[in-house]
Amino acid sequence: MEKQMEEVLESIYQKSVAHGDNIITVLQNMQNELGYIQEEAVYWYSKRANIPASQFYGVATFYSQFHLNPRGKNIITVCSGTVCHVKGAQRIVSKLKEELKLKDKEQTTKDMNFTLENVNCVGACSIAPVVIVNEKVFGKQSPDKMVKNIKPYKE
Amino acid sequence: MITLTIDNKTVEVVKGSTVLEAAKKLKIDIPTLCYDSRMKPHGACRLCIVEIEGMRRPVTSCTTPAEQGMAVTTTSAHLERLRKTTVELLLSDHPNDCMVCIRAGSCTLQELAYKYGIRENRFGGAMRDHNRVDENPFIMREQNKCVLCGLCVRVCEEVQGVSAIGYAGRGFEAKICSPFEHDLNCEFCGQCVSVCPTGALSAKMWAGHPRHEGVELTETTCTYCGCGCNITLHSLGNEITRVSSRTDNHNRGWLCVKGRFGYEFINSEDRLTTPLIRREKGGALEPASWEEAISLVVDKFSAIKEKHGADALGGLASARCTNEENYMFQKLFRSAIGTNNVDHCARY
Amino acid sequence: MNREITVNVCMGTGGIAAGGEQVMKALKQEFEAAGIKNAKIMENCKLHKVGCRGFCARDVLVDVTIDGETSTYQYIEEKMVKRLVQDHVVGGKPITEWLVGDDYHTFHEKQTKIVLHDLGKIDPESIDEYLGVDGYKAAQKVVAEMTPEEVIKTIKDSGLRGRGGGGFPAGVKWAFCAANESDQRYIICNADEGDPGAFMDRSVIEGNPHAVIEGMIIGAYAIGSSLGYVYIRAEYPLAVDRLHTALNAARERGYLGEKLFGTDFNFDIKVKLGAGAFVCGEETALIASIEGERGMPRAKPPFPANKGLWGKPTIINNVETFANVPPIINKGADWFASIGSEKSKGTKVIALTGKIRNTGLIEIPMGMTLKEIIYDIGGGIEGDKLFKAVQTGGPSGGCIPQQYIDLPVHYEGLQSVGSMMGSGGMVVLDETDCMVAIAKFFLTFTQEESCGKCVPCRIGTKRLLEILTRITEGEGRKGDIELLQQLAEDVRDSSLCGLGMSAPNPVISTIKYFRHEYEAHINQKKCPSKTCNKLLTFFIREHQCVGCGMCIRACAVNAITGEKKQPHHIDQDKCIKCGSCFDACKFNAVLKE
Repeated sequence: MEKQMEEVLESIYQKSVAHGDNIITVLQNMQNELGYIQEEAVYWYSKRANIPASQFYGVATFYSQFHLNPRGKNIITVCSGTVCHVKGAQRIVSKLKEELKLKDKEQTTKDMNFTLENVNCVGACSIAPVVIVNEKVFGKQSPDKMVKNIKPYKE
Repeated sequence: MITLTIDNKTVEVVKGSTVLEAAKKLKIDIPTLCYDSRMKPHGACRLCIVEIEGMRRPVTSCTTPAEQGMAVTTTSAHLERLRKTTVELLLSDHPNDCMVCIRAGSCTLQELAYKYGIRENRFGGAMRDHNRVDENPFIMREQNKCVLCGLCVRVCEEVQGVSAIGYAGRGFEAKICSPFEHDLNCEFCGQCVSVCPTGALSAKMWAGHPRHEGVELTETTCTYCGCGCNITLHSLGNEITRVSSRTDNHNRGWLCVKGRFGYEFINSEDRLTTPLIRREKGGALEPASWEEAISLVVDKFSAIKEKHGADALGGLASARCTNEENYMFQKLFRSAIGTNNVDHCARY
Repeated sequence: MNREITVNVCMGTGGIAAGGEQVMKALKQEFEAAGIKNAKIMENCKLHKVGCRGFCARDVLVDVTIDGETSTYQYIEEKMVKRLVQDHVVGGKPITEWLVGDDYHTFHEKQTKIVLHDLGKIDPESIDEYLGVDGYKAAQKVVAEMTPEEVIKTIKDSGLRGRGGGGFPAGVKWAFCAANESDQRYIICNADEGDPGAFMDRSVIEGNPHAVIEGMIIGAYAIGSSLGYVYIRAEYPLAVDRLHTALNAARERGYLGEKLFGTDFNFDIKVKLGAGAFVCGEETALIASIEGERGMPRAKPPFPANKGLWGKPTIINNVETFANVPPIINKGADWFASIGSEKSKGTKVIALTGKIRNTGLIEIPMGMTLKEIIYDIGGGIEGDKLFKAVQTGGPSGGCIPQQYIDLPVHYEGLQSVGSMMGSGGMVVLDETDCMVAIAKFFLTFTQEESCGKCVPCRIGTKRLLEILTRITEGEGRKGDIELLQQLAEDVRDSSLCGLGMSAPNPVISTIKYFRHEYEAHINQKKCPSKTCNKLLTFFIREHQCVGCGMCIRACAVNAITGEKKQPHHIDQDKCIKCGSCFDACKFNAVLKE
């Protein structure tokens, strides 16, 4: 394991000891620092903290926030709440998939520039359908508008 | 003590008992799939549901604490309908290949299907595809047969203290696996195999051997160590086909990797069946009778003792012997031979 | 010229998405450019960041108050700011065509605001503004002057019921918890709002986080807890930020920490971020999640009030419930009990959305009818469509048809027609919404969110979804309706937790009220609302087609042919009925039937 990663994990460990962090918080910190939940990191941490790796894996696969694979530079999140649904969120997803050349269950583009995901209702129903690119919220979207909106992120 | 009634029968149980335990005391049979008295209740299979007066909906008897004055009903048309649907749902996501399944005849799910007479299933639909080849040497995993009762996860965590496996994913795709779904790499105690109610977990070495037909069961004691776990040998003729252990034993049915899987030596061609004596220096070892062999040892020991004194001899006992055997062994050295040079391998 | 000027910009998630930040920036620039600084007005001029006022559909909303006179503008964009400042602030003439209309006022007038009272009025990032509206007075009164028993009695007398879904009386729950012998008790605020179509918790925390904190302090004092948790969705970054800001401010002022209000009472609050699992809104799953485990529910009894977090007695209430507590203490149980209906006291915050003119966050007295909500506050159905049903309670609730339009909205009312209050989502559906597809939508959601622990939910919801799917795709079989009903009832009655128990509700209620739609799908292979694409045929009306080629480009399977400027044609054998051509056509030439 790279020295740098070990240092990152050690500091997460020290923080967890100080704050009494649980596994979810540890994984959240891990993902923030490393981008996704890496197997090597989990085993290292499991040994360090004397917590079975199976618990980390169980938690990481239970919550939709955790990712076991690297994700794209830009994250496009389409809200799949009721209102977004009845106002056509699915058509936005289809259009974006076509635009980003994503097949079936693929979420991340080959050049690692975009990851397309669904999120449960973000509670911005008044401006449905809603798409979030990284942290920016786009309200009242349509498939065509969205294609335009992701253009600036393509560079 | 707490008094409650179950199906109009009164029963007294200690505080902290569950409704299911109270029912067992009355010998009332409630179907279960994820329950094992040796582990914490889980409440997942929903078969042990009962109706309790004052509660709005059926509750699982395995998780509900018995309370003073409770009135419990364990069977009704409604409860049986719910149980039947649950079994049907399980079967709708189960490869119904009982004919070739290693667990046929000792499978809880099969028994439930029989009990509820499920010949045709109202529910079809998608089935999980979690089967994969696990290259480990001992445990056969057929994940498509898993009913997610969680017994294997609990035994690994609560009894074995290992947590080599756990849940992963959620919903319909939830499964039980090792971290990052690698091949199993644990101590292979096989406790998970012993608690699995279906064919999801079995021993690789059971495959191809008879399941029930002609199999004889023999109660005996494991010889691997001094714990003396009670085991049941499954045998066909002179061949051991399986080792299991009854849960009402002092070891509560728990065994280790050696006791459970280390039985192939019994039918090994390399196994010694008589003592061997090398009668001439440089000669071959030749079969001998026990009498001859023991007399030879006695003669040689006596000769050494006479020539060099008793302290020239020493004894090292094996941890595979029982306490009684070890006691006899030290007695042999102290009284018969006359030396305190006696020790035990477990000390090293 | 020393006028007092206040400009309020709506900066909730809705406001920010509509460009609130840019408007804010432009306002600052324009004020400076207009030289208002020279006129020494800046000292009195506050640029407020306010939370959601509920009318997000009109964002960005901007209030301009000059000497106490307020004008509210809607749909304000960055480029409009210059004229706004020039004409109104400098010139003194409000721009009438940008002002909100009468519907904005009726939207607010019909409401009764307790929880939302200060939302949109105070800066959620300033504790002083909260103190300015009597903030922390109730907590001080409780901790310094009342006994825990008195507090519990007040809450019991008020009739406040849990606003998260179950509607269990809050005071009774608190009393259960307080009655347990224990060295520690915990109080948890459930802000894991996950119902699709619900955003009241997010709005309340974004708009008035201190009210929730104060409610928790009062609850903690009543049950004897020294540590509380707020379990909040990580997908609500703004709410999480504002909550942290508020907690820090409360700590600095001594409202949290040790020796509160000069007494021996200690209490602090920790924030736990949910990691994306709807089931964690269920009490026992939420507890498992705070303990750092997979959010798998545990069987009840024992209830959390007896044995909860780390095995200690624990109270879990949701955001809205806690936000109701300070006003009850301040104004008294009788005041609260005088609002609402006989069994449901107080108000309910509702996220009113769907095919309705005025969507947004509203607060109504319990017992207001659906009609008043939809037509008076909501302004009726969007476009010229007909009202079909209203879906309440999110994935746990049901669909209520036209004939119950006069139904009073309270716990009992909604339950009597097979729906439920849930956390207060209300989605209005019109004639173009297919009820089978709606049921399928909710089952898709619950099926994905099932934790997988118990059999009826894990496999049952999957089978329900499969049957619904085949019906919407024209593969429905005779007997499917009955099979759905039986399975739905069995899943409801035998599942482990609230998710599984309520997941079949959308199926049960849509079959109950819209059985004919199911029958049309199964028997005639038709979708009466023209929603289920697989049951439709797409074709092009020649006289309306201008031959622009948009549909040809949209079609993924090359099923459309036609020369430029000549009517196009769809090859039915190739068509996969995806609906792309329908969306692409700007001339209404694509028809589906």
